[in-house]
Amino acid sequence: MTTANNLVQGLLLGGLYALFATGLSLMFGVMRLVNLAHGDFAILAAFLALVAVDGTGVHPLLTLAVVVPAMFVLGYLLQRGVLNRTVGGDGLAPVLVTFGLSIILQNLLLELFSADSRGLDAGAVEDTSLALGRLNVGWFPLLTLLTGAAVLAGLQLLLARTRLGRALRATSDDPEAAQLVGIDHRHAFAVATGLALATVAIAGIFLGIRTTFSPALGPTRLIFAFEAVIIGGLGSLWGTLAGGMVLGVAQTLGAQVSPGWGVLTGHLVFLAVLAFRPSGLFGKPVTT
Amino acid sequence: MSTGPPLLRVSGLDAWYGDFQALFDVSVLVAEGEVVAIIGANGAGKSTLLGTVAGLLPRTAGSVTFDGRELAGMPAHRRVALGISMVPEGRRIFPSLSVEENLLVGAQARRPGPWTVAAVLELFPLLGDKRRRGGSQLSGGEQQALAIGRGLMANPRLLLLDEVSLGLAPIVVRRIYEALPAIRAAGTTVVLVEQDIGQALGAADRVYCLLEGRVALEGAPTELDRDRIAAAYFGVRA
Repeated sequence: MTTANNLVQGLLLGGLYALFATGLSLMFGVMRLVNLAHGDFAILAAFLALVAVDGTGVHPLLTLAVVVPAMFVLGYLLQRGVLNRTVGGDGLAPVLVTFGLSIILQNLLLELFSADSRGLDAGAVEDTSLALGRLNVGWFPLLTLLTGAAVLAGLQLLLARTRLGRALRATSDDPEAAQLVGIDHRHAFAVATGLALATVAIAGIFLGIRTTFSPALGPTRLIFAFEAVIIGGLGSLWGTLAGGMVLGVAQTLGAQVSPGWGVLTGHLVFLAVLAFRPSGLFGKPVTT
Repeated sequence: MSTGPPLLRVSGLDAWYGDFQALFDVSVLVAEGEVVAIIGANGAGKSTLLGTVAGLLPRTAGSVTFDGRELAGMPAHRRVALGISMVPEGRRIFPSLSVEENLLVGAQARRPGPWTVAAVLELFPLLGDKRRRGGSQLSGGEQQALAIGRGLMANPRLLLLDEVSLGLAPIVVRRIYEALPAIRAAGTTVVLVEQDIGQALGAADRVYCLLEGRVALEGAPTELDRDRIAAAYFGVRA
């Protein structure tokens, strides 16, 4: 029974990892840019929510309405002002620049909020659960998974059905040909980064409610996000959700064996996928 | 040829392709409604000229004006909004978009005009039953038709066609060129770059021949005899 329970917890945890991973996958997909500061932006969003909660006393989930648009704007400006200068080269420049951003963000948060662990208090939703037979499913992890699925579905619809989505996919295929049909590729890139930071802001706030966070937590989150993307397969949004779930299940089942084994088991599953199925569970086979 | 100011005026243009100078003091005039062909051997600077007009490549001297407006420093996507549409060499179809989506994305600049998905499919019936196919699943000729259709979806005043016949079977090239009168009839001015001299002379009102980055010859196909064209094309003095 414990195993079944942990399996469900792991699947639900996958929703959170998918929220972390989506933006990373989107930015890589549209402009081949690996954002090493992705996890730090999630933590930044959690602190922004904390400031909003402390300042106004609103429920942490309501801060989504402010923090998510704010992070979209930040992402847009970051891409227009900084990251657009790094794309199109050899791929090393964006890695170095976002690595630098990661360090700046961590230290800025440390300076502003100290190294103390903080949390967002969401009240009753955090510790009530739904009894399904002998399984207990927490409302909040369930809400996290549903939110993750809704965000992925929304993004999928946006990319597949809208004019903006077409422009993003065309730019991803061939930025120069995209300019020739009237797409401002710099604007398209900025929208992609805006969307990425908006989704990771949701991840950061859910993380802050689920557990505690501190300024140095970003890189760990980045690694989990990477693993979810790689396990699921690049370029597949639903694969990202599946990848998050595989990682979540591996971590909770590993932790069941021994508390110290959780994260390690996740890494081992990730390595196994890299070794035996490098294109991921749902990715297109690597042909080049 | 209509009177009045030219739609496209290129004058004294110098441009570089990477580290070497590809165009030297090139001047080209195109009147509204004309079909103008740019011919020349490999590396003569034809594609560089189109790229400079489309805004993909920078120029170092001279000017490019469109409908009297200087285009200096204007990025490619804004030139599309003004009415300059380029069909690039190698078709450059978006592989992850379907045929229909490739056409729809061509209308990204939202210019009103006669060209819609239905009109393009009527012009190129070979695309009709492949609307839902992926762009990369088409044959070379179908991709070329799609690339031209995508360019038309912007409802351009000036359509730049780069190396339309490259790598295509003669029968396919003929079918593509058969679409040209309909494009003209819609009021679109066309500048085409072509290595196939026969095709270019048959389709164009006027021809410019580039040789090593300079205009070596210009005129109406009827005024030019084969020897002069060969001399301008290959650089052999008669």
